[in-house]
Amino acid sequence: MPERPLFLERASFRRRRLGDAARILPVLAMILMLVPVWWMPASISFATGAVWFFGLWAALIAGVFALHRALLRAEAIAIRAAEVDPDAL
Amino acid sequence: MQPDILMIEDEPNIAEAVRFILSRDGWQVDLHVDGAGGIEAIMDRRPRLVILDLMLPNRSGAEILLDLRRAQDRSLAATPVLMLTARGDTEAAEQADAVLAKPFDNEELRRMVRRLIHA
Amino acid sequence: MPFEALLATCLCYVALMFGVAYAADRAAAAGHVRWLDHPLVYTLSLSVYCSAWTFYGAVGYASRSGLEFATIYLGPTIVFTGAWWGLRRLVRVARMHHVTSVADLISARFGKSNRLAAIVTLIAVIASTPYIALQLQSVRLSFELFATSRPDEGGALGGTAMWVAGGLALFTILFGTRNLAADERHHGVVTAIALEALVKLVAFLALGVFVVWGLADGPVDVLRRVGDAAQDPRFADGWVLRPDRWTALILVSGAAILTLPRMFQVMVVEAADEDRLHVAGWAFPAYLFAMSFFVLPIAVMGAEILPEGANPDLYVLTLPAAAGQDMLALLVFLGGFSAATSMVVVCAIAVATMVSNHWLVPGWLALRRIPAGEGTDDLRGFVLNARRIAILAIMAAGWTYHQASGGAAALATMGLVAFTGMAQVLPAMLGGLLWRGANRKGAYAGICTGFALWMALIFLPSVGMGGDLPVPAGVDPWTAAVALSLALNTAAFIGVSIFGFPDPVERLQGLSFVSAVEPIRHSRMARGDDRAEPLLAMARRVWGTDAALRYFQAEAQAQGKSGYLPDLTPRFLTALERRLAGSIGSATAHAMIDRVAGGVALTVADLLQVADEAQRAKEETQRLEAARAELARTARQLREVNDKLTALSIQKDAFLGQISHELRTPMTSVKAFSEILKDPSITPEERSRFAQIIHTEAGRLTRILDDLLDLSVLEGGRAQLTVTAANLHDLITRALAAASATRPERSFVIDRDLPAEHLGVITDADRLLQVLINVIGNARKYCDAPHPAMRIRVRRPEAGGAVIDVVDNGSGIDAGRQSLIFEKFSRLNDPAKAGGAGLGLAICKEIMAALGGSISYLPGQGGAAFRVVLPARPPGQAG
Repeated sequence: MPERPLFLERASFRRRRLGDAARILPVLAMILMLVPVWWMPASISFATGAVWFFGLWAALIAGVFALHRALLRAEAIAIRAAEVDPDAL
Repeated sequence: MQPDILMIEDEPNIAEAVRFILSRDGWQVDLHVDGAGGIEAIMDRRPRLVILDLMLPNRSGAEILLDLRRAQDRSLAATPVLMLTARGDTEAAEQADAVLAKPFDNEELRRMVRRLIHA
Repeated sequence: MPFEALLATCLCYVALMFGVAYAADRAAAAGHVRWLDHPLVYTLSLSVYCSAWTFYGAVGYASRSGLEFATIYLGPTIVFTGAWWGLRRLVRVARMHHVTSVADLISARFGKSNRLAAIVTLIAVIASTPYIALQLQSVRLSFELFATSRPDEGGALGGTAMWVAGGLALFTILFGTRNLAADERHHGVVTAIALEALVKLVAFLALGVFVVWGLADGPVDVLRRVGDAAQDPRFADGWVLRPDRWTALILVSGAAILTLPRMFQVMVVEAADEDRLHVAGWAFPAYLFAMSFFVLPIAVMGAEILPEGANPDLYVLTLPAAAGQDMLALLVFLGGFSAATSMVVVCAIAVATMVSNHWLVPGWLALRRIPAGEGTDDLRGFVLNARRIAILAIMAAGWTYHQASGGAAALATMGLVAFTGMAQVLPAMLGGLLWRGANRKGAYAGICTGFALWMALIFLPSVGMGGDLPVPAGVDPWTAAVALSLALNTAAFIGVSIFGFPDPVERLQGLSFVSAVEPIRHSRMARGDDRAEPLLAMARRVWGTDAALRYFQAEAQAQGKSGYLPDLTPRFLTALERRLAGSIGSATAHAMIDRVAGGVALTVADLLQVADEAQRAKEETQRLEAARAELARTARQLREVNDKLTALSIQKDAFLGQISHELRTPMTSVKAFSEILKDPSITPEERSRFAQIIHTEAGRLTRILDDLLDLSVLEGGRAQLTVTAANLHDLITRALAAASATRPERSFVIDRDLPAEHLGVITDADRLLQVLINVIGNARKYCDAPHPAMRIRVRRPEAGGAVIDVVDNGSGIDAGRQSLIFEKFSRLNDPAKAGGAGLGLAICKEIMAALGGSISYLPGQGGAAFRVVLPARPPGQAG
């Protein structure tokens, strides 16, 4: 069965990349929150800033939601794969 | 003189009865009354038959029989032995040529003695 | 709203919370934790982060500083975006080590050092007290504002904070110290908090919707007004973001979500497992988002609508009130009330846990010098009471602080002061979790440095003591203080860690924390031999090599390990300590184990675990012990019965064999001679002689049967005694006469002490005579001396009765056979001499037993010697 190893490899790969994304997300969030304030404090302090920060905030929430869903799914696949083939993890 | 029969029996009345019965058949019967010295008596007198009581003071009939069968002298060791026992069990006298349970039948005793001596 | 109505509403609301908490505790106790354990409940409970400082203060903050208020919520949001790899690890490690607080986490990581935990507790107490005061103040202010009629200006309202503090203390004690669960979870409190979180959220969102669509013309209008603020002189300066402050605030609030005692309590301690962070990872930022979303609009609209000089911290209440929305205002009031109360309750639980676990209990143990693991109930009770006392003390401190500070202004910054204080724990916490090189001395250095700087630069100035940090112009003093304290804190932590060397406990704990490996299950890795070996060496010094090796090997075996080094479980250490205490005293043992094992047995969690385990093990052992004893008893009884039966069976076989022999022997003579008598040829002399033999042997048979019957009667205890008074002299004379029939040919020299023989005895004279005849007869039969002699001596012992010795001058009885002579059929010599079945002495023994006396052989009398002992009276013959 040539398909299965390929599939497992993809699942594992995907899980690892998602893990990377989970690590990068907070750093990314920090950068997006700090840099504009350091860069142009005057223009971001009022309405623009409110839109930017609350937009960023909402995007982060959605991002974490999607990321956690994807991670859980990838983990479930990896666990199932591990039940079939313990080396897959 | 070599007796026909050596009897080793501690009960004097039984010994007297046996001697009386067998001597009327012409056998010459010697008596030894103790387990101790029993085997020496056999070696001394070289009887043609040994009548041995199982329950003897100091040394049991079974032990005397064992000593006899182990004797160096093959002809002595082969001396026929009639074992008398009052205990109802006979396995203690396995190596005896014949076993007679007390109380015995006088005729039976005479027959056995005849058979053992002439065998 | 009238004061009374408001009070009634509050009381109803509080009663609802009590009811919810009670129901949740009941459900949890019954095992119905499904919905209690739901990730959304967990997420809502995290909202204790949003205290009254958020609920009222965020709008005030936004009024003064614009978007800067959002940093308080953006910091936690960033932390929660890293929930997958960060918070999950924290929760897993903390639960693995049964961590009960942030102080406990730090102490566990750094070699279970209680002193470190005590310092962290000190920071927590100092930081929390004003924070609690702030909550009390917000409740008081909202009350004052909301109650339209005031029954008593000073008294009732001045006492509001006290009543609130008292009520919350009651709630916290009731639901926070119900039991001392191993996992330190409080379902009732958490559920009530989750409900309050909903109330907070709904209230705030309702107000926001009202403000945006009711007071303003929708979001676009609000945005325009926010944009206009740039031109508004009231906002223009304050609202411009300062990058340094912005960064520091995000950092500090991000630290706070991890280190604030109440946050650690709900996020880590109350979490059943780390999986709920999958939901909380996005749901909690969403909650914060929702709570923050309308802050700016409310601030803008409040400034626009409300009169100049109105307290922006109370816009959320005054806005709906000014707009005539009384119900909305009441809802908001309850939301604020919820925010304040939930924060106080959780904070009190968390800080009280720290105070009791790291201050009170270790102090008590040090005072009492109780060996670890003893006095289970005592310790548990003490810990619970310590927590109750701590809760009361914290509430009292908060209230006192509130009363003492009096002014609102001093309290306004208290939220940030608390944040920065607890943030000083962050370097040690993060370093401990991420860096194996971090050690206790580094943690001491970092935390102490940070604590000192925080006190000097932030806390004391906030209460009006000391001055601000002299900083260059253009630099925010608060930011500088935060940066300085955290930087020096981190530097000290890292520097000392690098140059220090951790002890083995720390290294193992460090490995466990950093690699998130189970400290016990991965015993070989996490709890290596490097601690067991010094303990073994120490034990060897105390007990000697062999004993120590034996004990350690047995312990290792009990844990299922081979070799001599058991895992250093609290149980093992406690057992070892107790065992050592038996040799060197408990204080020394404690100190030695402490020194060698690094004080592992010191944390309260361990003590409780040990106490629990010890109790369970004790009960289990007792149960097993009882069962095993019962089994052993039964087995022993069975074995005894079996032995007895076997012995009886053997005895019976031997007995039957003996009887057979004894009966067949005379029978043989009788039979042989009676047959001979049938022969007519025998002489008359022979005939009469043979008849005589038959007669003698028949008599012998009769005697044997008589003896057997006699013996069976005596042995069965059915002997009929005819007790009379008798003179021993007469009895002995009669016995001698009767026994002279035995071997009459032998003449004995009889040596008697006639005057002494005249002793009256009360006994069965016939039976005693039987014994004497037997004994004297035996002497006549067996005495082998050429000139036989017999000595009979009688005397009366002090206890009454009589002692009769019969001694002959023969060779006596071999020592080996002396014990056999009283057995049945134990004839000493040839039966011709004995003339019996060997039952004589056996019968004598039974007779003497029946008479209450004894017969025994006296060795070393120069011949066979028998002693007959008679009691004053036979047994059962009273009077």
